[in-house]
Amino acid sequence: MSEAVLYDAAGPRGRRRILVGSVAGGVLVALVVGLAVARLASNGVFEAERWQILTRQDLLELIGRGLAATLRAAALAMVLAMAVGGLLAVARLSRRRWLAAAAGTWVEVFRGLPLLLLILFLFLGLPAAGVTISTFWALVGGLTLYNSAVIGEIFRAGILSLPRGQTEAAYAVGLRRGQTLRLILIPQAVRRMLPALISQLVTLLKDTSLGFVIAYAELLRVGRNAVEFLGGRYSIPVYTAIAVVYIAVNLSLSLLARWLDRRTRRRYGRTVETSAADEAA
Amino acid sequence: MDAVLDNLATFRQGFLTTLALTVVASVLALALGTLLAAMRVSPVPTLRAAGVTYVEVVRNTPLTVVFFFAVFVLPQLDIRLSFFVFAVIAVTVYHAAFFCEAVRSGINAVGVGQAEAARSIGLTFTQSLRLVILPQAFRTVVPPLINVVIALTKNTSIAAAFGVFELTAATTRLANANSNAVLAIFTGSALCYLALTLPSGFLAGRLERRVAVAR
Repeated sequence: MSEAVLYDAAGPRGRRRILVGSVAGGVLVALVVGLAVARLASNGVFEAERWQILTRQDLLELIGRGLAATLRAAALAMVLAMAVGGLLAVARLSRRRWLAAAAGTWVEVFRGLPLLLLILFLFLGLPAAGVTISTFWALVGGLTLYNSAVIGEIFRAGILSLPRGQTEAAYAVGLRRGQTLRLILIPQAVRRMLPALISQLVTLLKDTSLGFVIAYAELLRVGRNAVEFLGGRYSIPVYTAIAVVYIAVNLSLSLLARWLDRRTRRRYGRTVETSAADEAA
Repeated sequence: MDAVLDNLATFRQGFLTTLALTVVASVLALALGTLLAAMRVSPVPTLRAAGVTYVEVVRNTPLTVVFFFAVFVLPQLDIRLSFFVFAVIAVTVYHAAFFCEAVRSGINAVGVGQAEAARSIGLTFTQSLRLVILPQAFRTVVPPLINVVIALTKNTSIAAAFGVFELTAATTRLANANSNAVLAIFTGSALCYLALTLPSGFLAGRLERRVAVAR
């Protein structure tokens, strides 16, 4: 439903009402924000010296290293999760019952557990079993386990979204099951799931911030360390800078996903939908 | 195994905190999310812009960063509350954006004819949204909403890192105290989480099929 059906274009009176309402609402918001700002200012948050910290060369380098660590973990986890997810999708579509059931269980279990619990399990559980693991691999491992389940489902949805005729035609020209999947279904499915995959990458990138909990030196942990070193009075400038970095990176990826989604829909009909729930997790 | 049975009280405490956090934050986030969705389809451009900005900013911020602002920045505003309340605020603020998107997709799924009919019998925007569109939208988005609640349930685990003693915090403490039974302890808490998420996911799947037939 196009949203404009819900109301007419406002007439002169309506426009005036909207204007008055907007101004009144704006004043109210400004009042609340002003109150908060006044509080912050009385606590000295807006002293120029506090924000000048962001121009310090070593802090910027530190944040840059944190971002690099975040991106490294996210990229590796994405590649691994896509590899495992691809296997899971093929296994779930397999005609061997036990294989499909095993992959199904994997997906349900790892999608149903909090990512933080998986990371902590690798981080605390493996050393207890005598295997040492670095914070980096605990984070990447946890991200891979969780996201392989989600990405496996995206792959499967992509393959299932293709018309039956594709499979039937492939069988009709004598291709075997594996060949059909490899030559006919996957190349078409990839296009449809690309936007969903990029959305999932945004989620994964956000989730690398959980590395904070196990003290992997990613963006957030770096910021926290900086604040602990510099003193709590610098918390708002530093955390704001970090939030801005996250939002900038993720927003550009989100916009890329949306643009790809529109383009793919225009050219090839439909795409795999991302659910708000998968993005939230 | 003994480590789990000996510490059932700790598990229980953690589980109940997780449950409380989930229920309180879900209700608040659903309310806020619905309000945001209504703002995003409203005739007032200012409200639409405010809704879009909120969703875009929050959706692209990690929940951990939202927690940071709740736990470390709110006290700077001289707002001093318990860690549990801070956690409720962070989880609510974050998930409201996703509830909003789910509800909005439901609004978009209601047939155009419904809105046209509502308008043609003279209902105002608020009336047609409240009486005609939203009741139908909610029906179709019950499964996605349940899925957001599942995500929220899992995400409450992040509160463990910010001073709330919920299931994950309980697990970590027990794992550190009983290094010979880490596997059993994690399995125990995994089962607790799955007991919350799997039935809800199953319910969402069932409802989804029913709605799909109905439409």
